[in-house]
Amino acid sequence: MTDAYIYDAVRTPRGKGRKDGALHEVTAVRLSTQVLNALKDRNGLEGHAVEDVIWGNVTQVMEQGGCLARTAVLASDLDESIPGLAINRFCASGMEAVNLAANQVMGGAGEAYIAGGVEMMGRVAMGSDGAAIAVDPSVAMETYFVPQGISADIIATEYGFSRDDADALAVESQKRAAAAWDDKRFAKSIIEVRDQNGLTILDHDEYMRPGTDMQALGSLNASFQQMGEVMPGFDAVAKLKYPHLEKINHIHHAGNSSGIVDGSAGVLIGSKAFGEKWGLTPRARIRQTTKIGTDPTIMLTGPVPATQKALKDSGMAISDIDLFEVNEAFASVVLRFQQAFDVDPGLVNVNGGSIAMGHPLGATGAIIIGTLLDELERTDKEVGLATLCIASGMGAATIIERV
Amino acid sequence: MTDFTMEKGADGVAVITWDVPGKSMNVMSMEAWPVLEDLVDDALADDAVKGIVITSGKEGSFAGGMDLNVIAKMKEMAGDNPAQGLMDGLMNMHSILRKIERGGMDDKNKGGKPIAAALPGTALGIGLEIPLACHRIFAADNPKAKIGLPEIMVGIFPGAGGTTRLVRKLGAMGASPLLLEGKLNDPKKAKTAGVVDEVVPADELIAKAKEWVLSEPSFVKPWDEKGYKMPGGAPYHPAGFMTFVGASAMVNGKTQGAFPAAKALLSAVYEGALVPFDTALKIEARWFTNVLMNPSSSAMIRSLFINKEALEKGANRPDVPEQTVKKVGVMGAGMMGAGIALVSAMAGMQVVLIDQKQDAADKGKSYTADYMDKGIKRGKATEEKKENTLDLITATTDYAALEGCDLVIEAVFEDPGVKAEVTKKVLEVVGDDCIFATNTSTLPITELAKASDKPEQFIGIHFFSPVEKMMLVEIIKGKETGPRAVAKALDYVRQIKKTPIAVNDARFFYCNRCIIPYINEGIRMVAEGVAPALIDNAARQLGFPVGPLQLVDETSIDLGAKIARATKEAMGDDYPDAAVDEVIFWMEGEGRLGRKANAGFFDYDEKGKRQGYWAGLEEKYPHAEEQPDLIAVQHRLMFAQVLEAVRALEEGVLEDIREGDVGAILAWGFAPWSGGPFSWLDIIGSPYAAERCDQLTEAHGARFTCPDLLREMAEKNQSFYRRFGNEAQAA
Repeated sequence: MTDAYIYDAVRTPRGKGRKDGALHEVTAVRLSTQVLNALKDRNGLEGHAVEDVIWGNVTQVMEQGGCLARTAVLASDLDESIPGLAINRFCASGMEAVNLAANQVMGGAGEAYIAGGVEMMGRVAMGSDGAAIAVDPSVAMETYFVPQGISADIIATEYGFSRDDADALAVESQKRAAAAWDDKRFAKSIIEVRDQNGLTILDHDEYMRPGTDMQALGSLNASFQQMGEVMPGFDAVAKLKYPHLEKINHIHHAGNSSGIVDGSAGVLIGSKAFGEKWGLTPRARIRQTTKIGTDPTIMLTGPVPATQKALKDSGMAISDIDLFEVNEAFASVVLRFQQAFDVDPGLVNVNGGSIAMGHPLGATGAIIIGTLLDELERTDKEVGLATLCIASGMGAATIIERV
Repeated sequence: MTDFTMEKGADGVAVITWDVPGKSMNVMSMEAWPVLEDLVDDALADDAVKGIVITSGKEGSFAGGMDLNVIAKMKEMAGDNPAQGLMDGLMNMHSILRKIERGGMDDKNKGGKPIAAALPGTALGIGLEIPLACHRIFAADNPKAKIGLPEIMVGIFPGAGGTTRLVRKLGAMGASPLLLEGKLNDPKKAKTAGVVDEVVPADELIAKAKEWVLSEPSFVKPWDEKGYKMPGGAPYHPAGFMTFVGASAMVNGKTQGAFPAAKALLSAVYEGALVPFDTALKIEARWFTNVLMNPSSSAMIRSLFINKEALEKGANRPDVPEQTVKKVGVMGAGMMGAGIALVSAMAGMQVVLIDQKQDAADKGKSYTADYMDKGIKRGKATEEKKENTLDLITATTDYAALEGCDLVIEAVFEDPGVKAEVTKKVLEVVGDDCIFATNTSTLPITELAKASDKPEQFIGIHFFSPVEKMMLVEIIKGKETGPRAVAKALDYVRQIKKTPIAVNDARFFYCNRCIIPYINEGIRMVAEGVAPALIDNAARQLGFPVGPLQLVDETSIDLGAKIARATKEAMGDDYPDAAVDEVIFWMEGEGRLGRKANAGFFDYDEKGKRQGYWAGLEEKYPHAEEQPDLIAVQHRLMFAQVLEAVRALEEGVLEDIREGDVGAILAWGFAPWSGGPFSWLDIIGSPYAAERCDQLTEAHGARFTCPDLLREMAEKNQSFYRRFGNEAQAA
């Protein structure tokens, strides 16, 4: 079987996903196009160099609908002979794009792929594509559907994380992200977003709040308490599935949950032969890819079984992993991961995460793979694992090792 | 005579009158549908007819709904392939109602005749679904009339287009209290809610309806017009989205997922909202068929409606003359006595309320005053009614006031000595015919009857607390209790509008006999380290209003401890509940007596509001690392109860499984969706039940030993309702 390597990884800065966010004026197609073109240009590729573009994107309606991947290819400098595949595995879409690309390369279906994703959360509202699991009673009632924030609070209750635990993780995320920017640790991957005249629109992650402390977070109200305890009462649904819980402890709020942002990222995946053909040096090998389904009500515990499966399938132990990226969808997701594997928090999300910088749903999976690789190189470590929790109860993980 | 008749007037209005012979209120039968259809066909085809009014020949009502006896049997009558048979039957009904709704228009909405419904009063279930298919609903201004769709209360949902039409008329949000809670309105409120279109004086009802059909109105239903949009938004409209997401969560939480009809209703609403009207009716029919195919619906109808009503009407009443109570004596003005006085006076009886001290008697009477005041505040009673009710109650210490009582109910302290003394004193002053009843919850009736020289006139009438709220009364026949005493008790219960069951005397009678093992099983699990929340939530997910631990708090720990001590003394070495006693005696010692002490299995705040489980409980009984499955907990709780019910039947304490089922639901909220303990066993099947008994016995002890009766039934694969019930009552 052929090995699949990462040759490059880029991402845009993340803009606040609001009307006053810097990227609010940029279309999903244009942001995607800048990522595709950057990968082509930085690596001296011609327009036909890759087999396909696999593009993750969660809310596939309006400008993000109609197979955005194909539209982005056509709008980019890639040849029209490159098709484009839009995929959706919720928050792991960007990772799934990378994993799918890697597995195609390993299986011999093409020499190289661009894989990544985009989400303009300020332009295309999350949930505006509908979702039978939430709306269709036959499914929602049978699967005990609750929104993700409630799920995150179930994790906190079930595994015993306090509001302070979550807030401390959020403060640390902010601190680490600020330090990483100060130290220019993202420089290798960040591509400025520019307009059609070459003018810079955004060159940094604008969602961050570097000064955040426990006191500031302490003043925020729990975001999901009202919908949990009062209207429409999701806690009662949660307890149908978790009847041993007496009460759901609502610890999450805007400050310890991931931010709503706009952003895009892409990874160039190829075989050894591809690198030789274009004169590129591989940076890391994709060692293992995994996806898994879990209970949809607690929904966000997927990183634990996904990681277990990835380790088992690759014949590795948790101690073989030098660095972790665990998407900070909610603080309790990361806390649960650290608890389950008893890993040193100093090895997890060392440059901050989605709580500080935001979580552009379709792109994040690709972002954290790039961030992981940059940090492995910077600190001269070998093996890294990236993982995300996923809506409706799924998990995904990727293990990479430097070559 | 037929259920529907038609009269064509010279004014060009055909009036179809629904008047089921021999019934005080119309109910729909299978046979009546084609009659209605023929009349509608006739009127639509007749050029002389300009419009149609559908009304009722019954004073004060349009119709009470579908005949539930028919609904309960629909599955059985639906042929070899019941799902197909039901679906075909429902689609046929839809086509008749749709014919009314289209009024003879062509597919461009041209032509046709307007059809008005004129409701003299109450219109329930199908009695509202037919009007909803008409073009305009006129209701007589009759404040006593009830209008609505109460189907959900008996485990089904409106399946004659009522669900689909109401949601399209009012939107999902507007229709939800009517469909999901079965909320009934008087005509004015029904108009405000948008259910009926016009409220008119009763004597102008037909005239107004005729006037409207003759006014050349436009009568195309909004959903038959191009561009129809559902009020409040369809499921994937941004406004409708949250309504639908919220609806599933609310229904799931409120019903604890235990009522299949609510789920099916919501699915019919959601799926129907996404498609054109006729397709939506088909979807409604599929889900309604699904509900009828579910044994829960027929079991619920059977217990909560048919058998409950049969018991109320005296199904097991001895054949003795009317025993209506005119004057009742109530001994003891504590909480139970005060409640008994209240419900008796409300039913118009003379009440003599006696206690040892005058102020205690007065306090008991003031319970009625307080109750009436609350009713006045909520607009349910008047000052006049309060005065009349209070006038009926004489609060006194004087036994002589009992003269002329035809029934005396004793509700004094649960002590055989005290009760015997009261019994003797009462019998000295009352007449020879007076029936004496004791409201004991634990003491054997046959023993207490020894205080009377007329044990054939001595009976147990066991009320549940609070008396005015609890709908069941358990009548206990002592060994020598005679038929007139039984009839008296039954007639009395009918007068106070409650539901009776009559059982034979044995320890804890029927209800407490089942409730106590239920509670004990919960307490045992606490001692085993099962999380208390899991125990109570498991019960709630079975449809019990409260879990066993919460129930203990409500009834108090010291009562439990007292019963345990007495039982232990009576049973000696055979006493099986030492593991339970360890917990309750310890709780008692800690002063955790329950809600009344503001401290029990739960903590309570100063106002008595329940907080979380008491932390001391987990300190004493730490939660086990491995918690059992939900189903494992549920089966322990269920079998603890239903096996007692079977033993009660086996031992002859229960004489009628209908009483066992109805009593369980009304007395302690036994999983109503199941239809009661015997219905539940029929749903899971006797072979499986016996198998589970063996497994539970192996895992948890001899209390789960399969009763011989159940074992025998399992071997023959019998069901309780086929073996002990009327064949036609089988679900």
